[in-house]
Amino acid sequence: MNQEPVIPDFGEAASCVAENRYFCPDWVRDNWGSVFQPALIEHVKLTVIAVVVGFVIAFAAALVAHRYRIAEQPFAIFSAIVYTIPGIALFQLLVPFTGLSVLTVEVALVGYTLLILFRNILEGLRAAPPEVLEAARGMGLTRRQTLLRVELPLALPAIVAGLRVATVSTIALATIAAFVIPEGLGQPIFAALRNYFKTEIITAGVLAILLAVTADLLLVLAQRLLTPWASARRIAT
Amino acid sequence: MSTFIDALQFIVERRELLLEKTWEHLVLSGAAIGVALLIAVPLGVVLGHLHRGSFIAINLSNVGRALPSLAVIAIGLGFLGFGFTNVLVALVVLAVPPILTNAYVAVDEVEPEAVEAARGMGMTPWQILRRIELPLALPLLFAGIRTAAVYVVASATLAAIAGGGGLGEILFNQASYRVEGLVGAAIVVSVLAFAADALFGGLQRLLTPRGLQTTVPAFEPDVVPAGTAVGR
Repeated sequence: MNQEPVIPDFGEAASCVAENRYFCPDWVRDNWGSVFQPALIEHVKLTVIAVVVGFVIAFAAALVAHRYRIAEQPFAIFSAIVYTIPGIALFQLLVPFTGLSVLTVEVALVGYTLLILFRNILEGLRAAPPEVLEAARGMGLTRRQTLLRVELPLALPAIVAGLRVATVSTIALATIAAFVIPEGLGQPIFAALRNYFKTEIITAGVLAILLAVTADLLLVLAQRLLTPWASARRIAT
Repeated sequence: MSTFIDALQFIVERRELLLEKTWEHLVLSGAAIGVALLIAVPLGVVLGHLHRGSFIAINLSNVGRALPSLAVIAIGLGFLGFGFTNVLVALVVLAVPPILTNAYVAVDEVEPEAVEAARGMGMTPWQILRRIELPLALPLLFAGIRTAAVYVVASATLAAIAGGGGLGEILFNQASYRVEGLVGAAIVVSVLAFAADALFGGLQRLLTPRGLQTTVPAFEPDVVPAGTAVGR
């Protein structure tokens, strides 16, 4: 990929790049298709895969922990330890095991989602008031029916809140992953750092922020649509 | 396992390097948290006291919490250049939202009955804030500060790419420091994050009036500020 800011060209675009001004719109337009668009798409893919896989694992673990209390601590401790490892370190440490591949990024990203998702799902499942559970039992619901019809719907606000935080933090961590594996929006940032090319650094940074904010807003919307009964005030806007 | 032992050995053998980088890391994180506290706590507390500006305190802050730290540092780098100031500004931007949101929600949600009673006793608004609202708001307020502190200490590792120094210089330079240096520095960062949390936890305990003291909960690395969080 051609990262060189010095483009043999004339006119304003070239002088803007040569002078390394803050933002050269022409350069961004010329390199949108080769640099930014692929990075943005990769970033979205990295994030979606990580959050989906993380959710499946955390959901299964939370269901087990909800049923058997004893299972809660081991998973909580494991995911908390993973969570405290600095991102740059974890990405590099995984390379000997999974190579310089997308898998390395995904393993780390999934690891970071676990704590938030597990906590929120489990708290959500436990949020069902005892009276409601009593009523469910009184109506003759089985355990599985109680879970599906009572506990899970009541857990939805907490689950979506967890998804929101997990998604946003995954987007943030995925930018750091580019230090090890050239994927996602961090890649143009690290590439442009080598020659301090401001336009590329700032554009990639702004795109990452826009992506995170958009994802956040979409999930808020999902939260509102999925849980219309929750009063708007209590739900994070 | 041997990597882990090598890392501990690295910590012992290269302690001078680690101490120097840790000090840089602490100065940077401390300055960022300090500035963020000066901005966010008064603003959040006053807005919460007045029950005004929930849009700024909650919505803007929620957007702020979504900011990827590397992107913020990169943009700061583009505009402010390499060095301490750029990274400091970026870290403050990252630290303000959780503190502001929690400070606002904490004071805003103090039971109206308690405030009414205080007003009935003839307290001035300042006294109400100082003696009723702030003590009752402390747990939530500190929850936000602790979240921010842990986040800043972790994000400060990225300072190294912008010439801000700190332990990130080791983490970003595996070529020189090898795996043991990487793991060693990672351990130190984790310890610092826990220490920052413990520090503010201790401060919270000191500031909480005895009558309100319950056990301070351990750190919950749950970035959802308690006020906006789940159905509890």
